[in-house]
Amino acid sequence: MAAADRQRPPFVAMLRDSALAAVVAALLAVPLLGVRLVDNAGGLTLDYRLPLVLYAAAAVFAGRLLLSLAGHFLAPSFRDMTVSLPRMPRNSLIIVGWVLVAAAVLLPWMPFAERNLVDKLTLILIYVMLGWGLNIVVGLAGLLDLGYVAFYAIGAYAYALLSMHFGLSFWICLPLAGLMAALFGVALGFPVLRLRGDYLAIVTLGFGEIIRVVLLNWQAVTNGPNGITGIERPTLFGLSFSRAADGPTFAGFFGIEFSPVHRVYFLYYLILALALMTTLFAQRIRRLPTGRAWEALREDEIACRSLGMNPVTVKLSAFAIGASFAGLAGSFFATRQGFISPESFSFIESATILAIVVLGGMGSQIGIVLAAVLLVGLPEWFRDLSEYRMLVFGGAMVLIMLWRPQGLLSRREPTILLDPKPASAGATVP
Amino acid sequence: MTEPAATLLQVDHLTMRFGGITAISDLSFTAKRGDITAIIGPNGAGKTTVFNCLTGFYQPTVGRLELTHQNGKRFLLERMPDFRIARDAHVVRTFQNIRLFAGMSVLENLVVAQHIALTRASGYAVAGLLHLPVYRKAERRAVEQARYWLDKMGLTASADQLAGSLPYGFQRRLEIARAMCAGPVLLCLDEPAAGLNTRETDELSGLLLDIRKEHGLSILLIEHDMALVMEISDHVVVLDHGACICHGPPAKVRADPAVISAYLGTPEDEAIALTRGSR
Amino acid sequence: MPQTGIVFRGEIPARMTIDIFLQQLVNGLTLGAFYGLIALGYTMVYGIIGMINFAHGDIYMIGAFVALIGFVVLSTVGIASVPLAILIVLVLAMFFTACYGWAVERIAYRPLRGSPRLAPLISAIGMSIVLQNYVQIAQGARTKSLQPIVHGQYSIDVGQGAHVSVSLLQIIIIVLTVALMAGFTWVIRSTPLGRAQRATEQDATMAALLGVNVNRTISITFVIGASLAAVAGMMATLYYGVIDFYIGFIAGIKAFTAAVLGGIGSLPGAMLGGLAIGLIESFWPVFFDLAYRDVAVFGLLILVLIFRPTGLLGRPEIEKV
Repeated sequence: MAAADRQRPPFVAMLRDSALAAVVAALLAVPLLGVRLVDNAGGLTLDYRLPLVLYAAAAVFAGRLLLSLAGHFLAPSFRDMTVSLPRMPRNSLIIVGWVLVAAAVLLPWMPFAERNLVDKLTLILIYVMLGWGLNIVVGLAGLLDLGYVAFYAIGAYAYALLSMHFGLSFWICLPLAGLMAALFGVALGFPVLRLRGDYLAIVTLGFGEIIRVVLLNWQAVTNGPNGITGIERPTLFGLSFSRAADGPTFAGFFGIEFSPVHRVYFLYYLILALALMTTLFAQRIRRLPTGRAWEALREDEIACRSLGMNPVTVKLSAFAIGASFAGLAGSFFATRQGFISPESFSFIESATILAIVVLGGMGSQIGIVLAAVLLVGLPEWFRDLSEYRMLVFGGAMVLIMLWRPQGLLSRREPTILLDPKPASAGATVP
Repeated sequence: MTEPAATLLQVDHLTMRFGGITAISDLSFTAKRGDITAIIGPNGAGKTTVFNCLTGFYQPTVGRLELTHQNGKRFLLERMPDFRIARDAHVVRTFQNIRLFAGMSVLENLVVAQHIALTRASGYAVAGLLHLPVYRKAERRAVEQARYWLDKMGLTASADQLAGSLPYGFQRRLEIARAMCAGPVLLCLDEPAAGLNTRETDELSGLLLDIRKEHGLSILLIEHDMALVMEISDHVVVLDHGACICHGPPAKVRADPAVISAYLGTPEDEAIALTRGSR
Repeated sequence: MPQTGIVFRGEIPARMTIDIFLQQLVNGLTLGAFYGLIALGYTMVYGIIGMINFAHGDIYMIGAFVALIGFVVLSTVGIASVPLAILIVLVLAMFFTACYGWAVERIAYRPLRGSPRLAPLISAIGMSIVLQNYVQIAQGARTKSLQPIVHGQYSIDVGQGAHVSVSLLQIIIIVLTVALMAGFTWVIRSTPLGRAQRATEQDATMAALLGVNVNRTISITFVIGASLAAVAGMMATLYYGVIDFYIGFIAGIKAFTAAVLGGIGSLPGAMLGGLAIGLIESFWPVFFDLAYRDVAVFGLLILVLIFRPTGLLGRPEIEKV
């Protein structure tokens, strides 16, 4: 029966369906695409661009038709492909993880690596680290945090202010920034963690906005919208990466010619190390009572309470630990840029990080890397289309979710096996 | 006179109101240490509400719930939050509609139940993060404890499967195993036989008697399967419309006319099973 | 709401007199009308499918743009009668914005029904980004401003030589909002559509079994929510005269705050919450620094959720164990 249906595609229905979609597209396009407001001396005038409406309708018609045809003819194989994707055996994922780490370490030495690429990878790694940090909160503990960027901002400003006012070095400020973010995490988390999932989401979103508004308006401390400039750059055991500095310089110490590339590479390895630390921590804590309690809480809070777990402490620990990684990433961001302003910590950042976690498949460390490359990397490479970049970004978020609602890689490995086979014992997936 | 420590749980004048509805009114009963005490009654009699008050999920409107440990330590359950009742007073429960950690493996469910002991052993995660031997040993002990219960419940083969993927009967047993891993003094079972077939119910009654014998445990049981109740309980409390209409040993309860009339109009098989006392 | 919204900026005295009180009351009511209308869309969608429709703020923004374009089109066509223009624009804005609301649900949410809880939320955030950037590309990033269309200002003597000014537009906004809300409440309470909607809200599967077309009911919910947001958008265009592609974000968060404040899922709650937020926003700068107004709103939200998690009018939930 199904086979017979497949032999005679319902072309008429498809055509009608596509035509309908085209009509809707035209309706949507008429007011906003077909007419453009133009500012003139005398006020607003209109610029009619009705052909655009036709193009939009035609594009939707063709796209819809192609999709239905493709769905009809390719459906079985297409579905198989998507299902087989997460069914990779456990060991192959570990191998992929180590290969990725090796590739990341070796990459700057490859012939094709140039400064620009390493710079972009550094940016991607910041998001990978943030994704891995937020995954502790969202993926493991199941707490929906829409204001994660607030902790990132706190880390960045903590470093900038501590180094500016007290002359503390990056390496001293780094743990302090993490601690500071964790403290804020506790302060926010304590009152609100009793709330149900979506309420928590909106409160964290509000918290993110509060932090941004305060940064924007507390002129005396944060210098408001102008931000903080001239933030101390990091050193390698006291070796500066500047051309000339008060102390020893990296180039001078090793007797090599100064090059600004050194700092770019150094920052790359620094964020790589921070990110790997995050994932190793996450891997390890997942196998500890603390991590198991987070996952249990995500599964069923009432059952957790019936077993003697204090849900507030469990949630708070996840929230604070997740926040502290954002704090670390924030101070790295500050030292990399040398300049921070509230603009860098808007809601869109929180949304991006959350999207990375969800697209990656909640809990999958490699999935998060993939998602970060997709969501942060690709738009970076298409910077020439600057105008369309965010449009593509948003569209990609929707499309990937539609394609794989459970995320790119979503298989969960048990944290403990009754009789672990010696081969896989103690192995961690980076 | 019995010695004071023989009384495990003393419920006095328990009343629970939701808005204008009185779910339990002035309920008093005692449960003796080492006994299986059953709470029965028609649907909506307020049995689960009693459990929810005992385990802290509801705050009773009026009443005193006193639990005494073997060593004489007393706990006033109505004043404690739910997680502390499980953690300190060691009253652990199961749920009418099973609440497992469905996305975690069977073994993980049992290990999570030992959270409190393991967290202490992991030095609040520090020793665990450093992978110190003290934590590794504690974790091995936890797994051995879990293995004991897996063997007892016949779940060993499914240890690494997702709890949510188990068949229904297995899930019921896993929930009891999980409660046992939490080290209860009083185990509260909310309809453990619901949805089980005859053979599974027989196994369950054997299991409960066995657990009580080997672990010196006291059990509080809500159950609709009268045959099971009459077979294993030492003491039966009958609730109707939130009030206790009769309590005593199974033989007494079975013969009580008030109980029989309370059950008339409820599903016939229950009433019949009640009068016959066996399948 | 656009930052341009407050009548007084900073230079009012930090003390309350009867005229300032009444003046801010009027302004707050107007502001509350916007928030209430947008909040209805959030609360309805949350009630029926339990998700935060993150793109709803941007639907409001689209409503504002369609309305602005509508006014400019009408003025080039030469329709001089203001009430007629407002009526035509209202209908047009509601229609086109409703199309957007419908399309967003159809494209980004319906395929994800029954997926993990976070999937529709991410897709909604994606949709919000798409709509913002679409409007930015199609209409340009610069703010658009419209000359005031509705004139008329009434000065009311409140004694001791003090006056409160109420504009005709404010009266129109408040009357229109009250009328819409009354009509809307009637639809939900007393029509088959409202019944289907409430049934779907309680239990979508059961409603479907009893013959309610769940998909259509959900679509209609989005259409109604979007058209109410369009009304708010049109009123914002008239009231502030300045819009840009970004106005939906903050307005959206605040309206959602209003919905939660009033008790999410409760229609009168959404209106009440909107009113509360509007009043807080208009009274805040009388006493405190205007820059921290948003902080006040979110701070209040946090306080309400801690002490009354179901919101002002939400049904208390008994935890089912």
